[in-house]
Amino acid sequence: MAGTGVVAVYGNGAITETKKSPFSVKVGLAQMLRGGVIMDVVNPEQARIAEEAGACAVMALERVPADIRAQGGVARMSDPQLIKEIKQSVTIPVMAKARIGHFVEAQILEAIGIDYVDESEVLTPADEENHINKHNFRIPFVCGCRNLGEALRRVREGAAMIRTKGEAGTGNVIEAVRHVRSVMGDVRVLRNMDDDEVFSFAKKIAAPYDLVMQTKQLGRLPVVQFAAGGVATPADAALMMQLGCDGVFVGSGVFKSGDPARRARAIVQAVTHYSDPDMLAEVSCGLGEAMVGINLNDKKVERFANRSE
Amino acid sequence: MVVGVLALQGSFNEHVAALRRLGVKGVEIRKPEQLQNVSSLIIPGGESTTMAKLAEYHNLFPALREFVKTGKPVWGTCAGLIFLADKAIGQKTGGQELIGGIDCTVHRNYFGSQIQSFEAELSVPELVSKEGGPETFRGVFIRAPAVLEVGPGVEVLAEYPVSSTSVLYSSSAVQIQEENALPEKKVIVAVKQGNLLGTAFHPELTSDTRWHSYFMKMGSEAQEESPSSIVPVGGVDPSFNEKARIDLPIYQ
Repeated sequence: MAGTGVVAVYGNGAITETKKSPFSVKVGLAQMLRGGVIMDVVNPEQARIAEEAGACAVMALERVPADIRAQGGVARMSDPQLIKEIKQSVTIPVMAKARIGHFVEAQILEAIGIDYVDESEVLTPADEENHINKHNFRIPFVCGCRNLGEALRRVREGAAMIRTKGEAGTGNVIEAVRHVRSVMGDVRVLRNMDDDEVFSFAKKIAAPYDLVMQTKQLGRLPVVQFAAGGVATPADAALMMQLGCDGVFVGSGVFKSGDPARRARAIVQAVTHYSDPDMLAEVSCGLGEAMVGINLNDKKVERFANRSE
Repeated sequence: MVVGVLALQGSFNEHVAALRRLGVKGVEIRKPEQLQNVSSLIIPGGESTTMAKLAEYHNLFPALREFVKTGKPVWGTCAGLIFLADKAIGQKTGGQELIGGIDCTVHRNYFGSQIQSFEAELSVPELVSKEGGPETFRGVFIRAPAVLEVGPGVEVLAEYPVSSTSVLYSSSAVQIQEENALPEKKVIVAVKQGNLLGTAFHPELTSDTRWHSYFMKMGSEAQEESPSSIVPVGGVDPSFNEKARIDLPIYQ
């Protein structure tokens, strides 16, 4: 068949719209989510609580990261029926997780019409070497990172939004802080670097040179960056905002706590008023129990963040 | 001239950056008292339910309605347009509070979810006549609302054609392009009533600053009488703790 010259690209099958949306439209939604909180929900009722509390989007899944950790086994994309039900119960954007490298799970999520796909290390990776080629999709993707190199590799693959990986499901913010400081630190080093040294730096962090140069010129990541992984209290959320993130994902932190609706509201307020300590003190009062969480000194705790590069 | 930008959530940084490109200072507004120091207000794009909740907690709605009543210029983009409308459909269960002011009915998420978000060249004759520049404006529509009907006092500034088959959004994969004689419907995507401006798209996500300068001119017409340009700072200045936010790139 050498003469026919027709090459089929897998990405065209799921929808009839063959025109991919321009990157600016993908990034545009992330920019609208800035300053907001995205919460993990496992059923329509929780989704409504999140919307009432002021979440700017919900992440629909079958099990929150803390439960995935506790129960073990292989964690896969959720049942599309559940995601559809959650989508119908709220008016805010709905996101859902697909396994790393599992482009068909992403095609299915795109076909049910949700707003964002999270290619997540919280689910069991489907491809140890490769991530999804996100350029083949109309739906925008958010990906996790631990450092600047990883963030830019994901952006080059087509991610329109980045979040820090943190250590999901532990209620322990130490890893998220580590990852944010690593990204911000590298950006600060990059900003002061001589232009001629950027080639070598790009090789060192294993990131595409053009994106490294763009980051240097902008002084920040070229896409919206949220914090994720272990945020459990309003103070945690405000900490991430003060470190320079554009918004916060809260997973197990809300619905594993004693009073989810109240805590959700408090975290939303904390992200809006992140530099106002009086406000933060006020919203942190009387929240009931936070999620118990896991201390990461225990060697037996599996590190989700290390599952992919 | 100080312009306030409601900074509860959403693209307020982008608006402040666009204003800065015009040499105007934008002040982030999170509390009712701060509204007293500004001569005009921009309500940015974002999630209108989130902004409504946050505004409720801080008792911002009475202050915002008061601001609109005094006739000061207010511009709402996307979620902001929803706030300024008198009526909104497609709301969440339980509804959401609106500020009101523009006599129109707005439909939230008219075009659908993110997959249906798009960019379009819009023809905006009013803008071109006042601001000059290219004939069309690149409108970025992100889960955008649309204005379904307007009252008599409202000026329509821009419209967008939709084929009548796609009025109800759906996630069905099959969309048959019908070439028959169904007339193309238009929905309104930019409106103006007195000193209130509303756009369903996001000028702050583009490098075209004509909408911002159009809004500034609305402001300066109203400003003629008001005396001081000093901005008194009440209480703790939140910008003391804040490091300057670096702007995201604008796509050409």
